[in-house]
Amino acid sequence: MDFLIWFGKRLLALVPTFIGITIISFSVMHMAPGEPMSLQADFNPKMTPEMRQRLRAQYGLDKPLYVQYGKWLKGLVQLDLGRSFSPDRRKVWDKIKERLPVTILINVLSMILIILVAVPLGVWAAVRQNSLFDQVTTVLVFIAYAAPAFWVALLLMLYFGIELNWLPVSGLHTLMGYERMDAWHKVLDWGKHLILPVFVSAIGGLAGFSRYTRSSMLEVLRQDFITTARAKGLPERTVIYRHALRNALLPLITILGLSIPGLIGGSVIFESIFAIPGVGQLMWSAVMARDYPVLMGNLVIVAVMTLLGNLLADMGYAAADPRIRTGIREEE
Amino acid sequence: MSGNSNAWSRARRAAIFCQELLSNPLAFSGMVIVTILFMVALLAPVLAPYDPQVIDTYHILEAPSRMHWLGTDSLGRDCLSRLIYGSRISLLVGFVAVGIATAVGTVLGALAGFYGRWTDTLIMRFVDIMLCFPSIFLIMAVIAFLEPSIWNIMAVIGLTGWMGVARLVRAEFLSLRKRDFVLAARISGASNIRIVFSEILPNAVAPIIVSATLGIGGAILTESALSFLGIGVQPPTPSWGNMLTEGKDNLEIAWWLSVYPGLAILITVLGYNLLGEGLRDALDPRKRQR
Repeated sequence: MDFLIWFGKRLLALVPTFIGITIISFSVMHMAPGEPMSLQADFNPKMTPEMRQRLRAQYGLDKPLYVQYGKWLKGLVQLDLGRSFSPDRRKVWDKIKERLPVTILINVLSMILIILVAVPLGVWAAVRQNSLFDQVTTVLVFIAYAAPAFWVALLLMLYFGIELNWLPVSGLHTLMGYERMDAWHKVLDWGKHLILPVFVSAIGGLAGFSRYTRSSMLEVLRQDFITTARAKGLPERTVIYRHALRNALLPLITILGLSIPGLIGGSVIFESIFAIPGVGQLMWSAVMARDYPVLMGNLVIVAVMTLLGNLLADMGYAAADPRIRTGIREEE
Repeated sequence: MSGNSNAWSRARRAAIFCQELLSNPLAFSGMVIVTILFMVALLAPVLAPYDPQVIDTYHILEAPSRMHWLGTDSLGRDCLSRLIYGSRISLLVGFVAVGIATAVGTVLGALAGFYGRWTDTLIMRFVDIMLCFPSIFLIMAVIAFLEPSIWNIMAVIGLTGWMGVARLVRAEFLSLRKRDFVLAARISGASNIRIVFSEILPNAVAPIIVSATLGIGGAILTESALSFLGIGVQPPTPSWGNMLTEGKDNLEIAWWLSVYPGLAILITVLGYNLLGEGLRDALDPRKRQR
């Protein structure tokens, strides 16, 4: 019951943020000099002022801004984001909908990879503070922070794709003969195609998360209850994994939530490099084509995904830490 | 506080700070990298063996050799020269974008932290909302409607990257505004603007500098990603990001086009990050013991 009330409160708190997101998306698109219609019209030599006026009326661009915003928001709530400017004139939500699963899949996989690899790395580095292992991981973290992800992707393509010819470098599955594969081979094929993109999208998170785990662990290991546990004569393994790690993981849940926008943002880069038909690639092609409804729709959907991701992280935190949901620590 | 003793203690603190910075191997190597980069950018016309824009159709896609140390690209331009001139772009983008972000973040953070109440709520809500947007999506959405000139890119990167600074400055102001020296200034009749800018802000400069230094690396990475995607610095102006686009297009036949520009970005960003971390350690007495 406590949890339900807490959850309801959290959900309510999201409403103003959501409205803020829509206002910012809307104004970004409308404050930019040269409205979207003129961009389309300027390339068309046959465009007369009257036609332009008619087009403006058709898209509702002649109405005052708050009317346009109200109309757009009403559509947004019903997932009606208008139609694309591209020749196919498909609905924006349909375009986004078919691309969301791939982007979410890759981001979830890379998050799992981050947790599975970065947490043990951070714990080992903290337990053996200032050891060779700790120093080597510190250096690697600095390098991973500074390396542009798209460059790492190019190097991996160069080595594993071209030099060794082990892994495919583009698309989600083999183009030739994919239809004739049985289910198992299809999964295997997908897996092979996903290795590089997932790894590339995880690099930044791996570096950051192992660092946070390390410092969070060091923080906990310094506390009194760890000394107590050791003094009781508990084996070091139990002290570290049962007592320290559990407490060290708590703040990490929040950080994982905060890293969601970065992960999703990264999809623009790895999807365009590895030719993966996801939301990031859609965004990129929309920018290239100045496809204004797709741009705006993408921006809002991605921000809402971030918002939901943060809510999930909050729920995880509340599930792990009873103090949150019973309201002893209401704020921060 | 008499002016003399104030100046004296400030000089002493500066000396301790420099000593701290020089004795920290990470910070020192960061400083060396950044200094070298500045020299390269300044002396580009002297250092570059060729004109970075001159097309040479007789030497297309040549592997590194004694004539072209880092090879040539698909138009026969010398990669080393383009790399050297590219350092100017990343330096410019790094400083201007971070300058904008720091200015905006400092003003908004100071307002929120100093005035509190609804000003604080309003500004911090705005920060929360801005943080919901993956920055590259926001940047791309704005750039789609602008000319992809370097000035627009710097402005957009700056205007989408101020939130961290705002939070930091707000936190500093919250802890500083109740201190005695602020009360003293108020009693002596100082205006709010004076209190904010000449009493509180100087005490919050250290963390701002650290976060700006660390931000430069981030801004350089963002610019290179945008240029790589074709929506940043446009060719023929050489930037490390758009050089890598060329590398991607010729990945199977010209590995040198993909390797060196990325290495340049890595070293540059590493330099600023090391310097930033070193500054943080040197400025924060609690960190020194760890």
